[in-house]
Amino acid sequence: MTKLEYLKESPSQTAGPYVHIGCTPNFIGNTGVFTEDLGARMVNAHTKGQRIKVSGHVFDGTGTPLKDAMLEIWQADSEGLFNSPSETRGKADPDFTGWGRQPANLETGEFCFETVKPGPVPFPDGRMQAPHINFWIVARGINIGLNTRMYFPEEEAANEADPVLGRIEHRVRVPTLISKRDGDTYTFDIHIQGENETVFFDI
Amino acid sequence: MLGSLDHDLVLNYAQPGESAMGERIIVHGHVLDEEARPVPNALVEVWQANAGGRYRHKKDGYLAPLDPNFGGCGRVITDENGYYAFRTVRPGPYPWPNGVNDWRPSHIHFSLFGSGFAQRLITQMYFEGDPHIPLCPIVNTINDPAAIEMLVAKLDMKHTVPMDARAYRFDIVLRGRRSTLFENRMEGN
Ligand SMILES: [Fe+2]
Repeated sequence: MTKLEYLKESPSQTAGPYVHIGCTPNFIGNTGVFTEDLGARMVNAHTKGQRIKVSGHVFDGTGTPLKDAMLEIWQADSEGLFNSPSETRGKADPDFTGWGRQPANLETGEFCFETVKPGPVPFPDGRMQAPHINFWIVARGINIGLNTRMYFPEEEAANEADPVLGRIEHRVRVPTLISKRDGDTYTFDIHIQGENETVFFDI
Repeated sequence: MLGSLDHDLVLNYAQPGESAMGERIIVHGHVLDEEARPVPNALVEVWQANAGGRYRHKKDGYLAPLDPNFGGCGRVITDENGYYAFRTVRPGPYPWPNGVNDWRPSHIHFSLFGSGFAQRLITQMYFEGDPHIPLCPIVNTINDPAAIEMLVAKLDMKHTVPMDARAYRFDIVLRGRRSTLFENRMEGN
């Protein structure tokens, strides 16, 4: 019998406390190599849609904010289209990158993205997903990048029908993915461990 | 998007006419997916300590001095064959506050971004023959010896630049191209 040969994914290792040197060097004052930190700006003056701020903290199991976390987000534009070559449903807003990267504040641990509220995107089976933002988080002490999603509290009906939220077995944990709203600012706190542990996805 | 010296850590932080201190090396290899297909246009970002084991970061207080000509960051995008290469100096080992006397093996941090978050990976590259590798608690968070071996770059004399820099080969495997959450696992495509 022939054995099917697949390569194994390279193992992940912690990003460590100095992730900024490689990923956001300008943020820590290592200037002069890269003109701009990648992902620092997602919007410009012409970006379509509702401007929002998404901020929060990444907490460890003891409730302490991680000050060396780095977060990336990936989302659709205000019409629900991805800025990606594999987007087949139309052309995404050229003034919106769809991808952002922000380090947590070195003193407070707070992160903040300036973006637009995404439109709804269909799931592969055709059902609509509620507007959401995909998150990827690394920090010292975590061996792998963690994937999760942020949803919007005012989208109650859409959240109720969302195929991904619908698959979360422990229903009491669904609220860990719903942000809190204050005007155009949304707070999304992420708990790596503990009682309020955020739902993370294997993607 | 990338600058002309982004993949040359020997020069990209150096004063004109100067270069970083340390053993000059080229690190190169292919980024592949699990089916051994090349991953083109993957963003490879690297960061590391200098030859003395010191990071250019305000939170690193190790005794070893900074090298005024070394920043420690670089990036490169894989070509159509999934190939990448950058030039740097070999980083030094450094102590870290874990046990009373823990030292990290020489290592280079890698961030890889292929197509989407399913091909997003953060890892570290080690150097063949480094006796610190089996002693390192961070290495040993990986419990499969074959998997650890995947993170150990091999001396590659064929790609050495004579009288200039030695070469290390480091191939990286990302997952297959899944585009959507659960798509592969639960939708079966
Ligand atoms: Fe390190």
